[in-house]
Amino acid sequence: MSDYVIQTHHLTRYFGRKKVVHDMNLAVPRGSIFGFLGRNGSGKTTSLRMILGLLRPTWGSSTILGHDSQNLPAEVRARIGYLAEGHPVYGWMRVKDAKAFQSQFYPKWNDELFDSVLEFFRVDSKNRAKNLSRGERAGLCLAMTLAPEPDLLILDDPAIGLDPVARRSLLESMVYATRKADRTIIFSSHLLSDIERMADHIAVLDYSVLRAQCSLETFRSCVQQFVLTFADSPPEMRGIRGVIQCIPRGNQLRLTLVNVTDETRNALRALGAMGVEEIPINLEDAFVSYLGGSLETVKLPEKSEAKVLAGGVS
Amino acid sequence: MPLEISIATGSTVPIYRQIGDQVCRAVATGKLAAGEQMPSVRALAEQLVINPNTVAKTYADLIREGILEAQQGKGVFVARRRAVYTKAERLRRIDASLEAFVNDGVYLGFSAEELHEALERKLRRLATFSEKGESSP
Repeated sequence: MSDYVIQTHHLTRYFGRKKVVHDMNLAVPRGSIFGFLGRNGSGKTTSLRMILGLLRPTWGSSTILGHDSQNLPAEVRARIGYLAEGHPVYGWMRVKDAKAFQSQFYPKWNDELFDSVLEFFRVDSKNRAKNLSRGERAGLCLAMTLAPEPDLLILDDPAIGLDPVARRSLLESMVYATRKADRTIIFSSHLLSDIERMADHIAVLDYSVLRAQCSLETFRSCVQQFVLTFADSPPEMRGIRGVIQCIPRGNQLRLTLVNVTDETRNALRALGAMGVEEIPINLEDAFVSYLGGSLETVKLPEKSEAKVLAGGVS
Repeated sequence: MPLEISIATGSTVPIYRQIGDQVCRAVATGKLAAGEQMPSVRALAEQLVINPNTVAKTYADLIREGILEAQQGKGVFVARRRAVYTKAERLRRIDASLEAFVNDGVYLGFSAEELHEALERKLRRLATFSEKGESSP
């Protein structure tokens, strides 16, 4: 069996003339908790829907649990738990009807687990789904996703709209879900703190392009920040590879770089700074710098140098 | 007494190292005694609400550094051997302290000579303690 539960090959999707996902080669390791990152409209949901076989790619292909996404046998589909974005429910159903409805589609259904997730999110099963609070609705969706005991969980922005307490319950449920050996969880999120807690691997999508996929630790160690101090005003920054952000401040330059090599260090030294100091950077700042604060100061790394951080702009 | 570990997201220190630092400190200060059992990877992950792989990584690092030891089928324990930090880790830590020392010194308006002297004074005091037989690792 493959070590990857999901693999995509040049997966691409246009909506009309708009490119939404471009040439994506994604590989999700089995047993990982995989964080899917990217700004709004960067193509996360579209990619997930193609991988799940809910949307046809314009070209390219993907496999999920070893099967072609566009041709998934029902028994493979039953091993995948998908929580769609926005916690959609049939509003007119009572919670217990939703359970009865959903459970028909799965050969395996853990009623006890379903009820305990509901209890955890304090959902009254006599309620109609449309009357649930956002957090309760998330709980219902999560219960329906977990009860079939899937091998692969795909959670599309599960934390959207949740208050801090419900969000913590969600994370606790995710940690709990890893009790099943070899289960893989993919989740997208804008909350870097959730990514930091949960993800061991990440993928970063930017304007339809997969810019990075690596372990969270690799991402952190690949994005570094330096402050260069000059005697006078800093020189023009030209031709230093890997610079993704450059902010001048008085006689200092604050640089964010990816994939720093000896060559980069030499180039930095050659700028003639009096001092070069590395400043520790947290995940959120690293991510924001990586996806670029203000566009005119951001130079994207070239593809050839992106060793660990795959992708780049083409 | 159970070990109290707390983690913060948004820090420049990754979570696996925050845990490692706290375990090391607890061992160094004697809060965790040699031979004491650590919580299981799963228990600590569920307590801290983090990825179990992160706890597993911390434990693996600490076992490699000789601070913890794994006993087949029993769990992870505080090592009986007294090897609290690796060379690299010791360097990293002393560098962080020096950084804070120098920053505070400059902020408080001391000259380089004065800071040198202050450090010398401290070290001389340490030397008199050491002669009484208390050596640092």
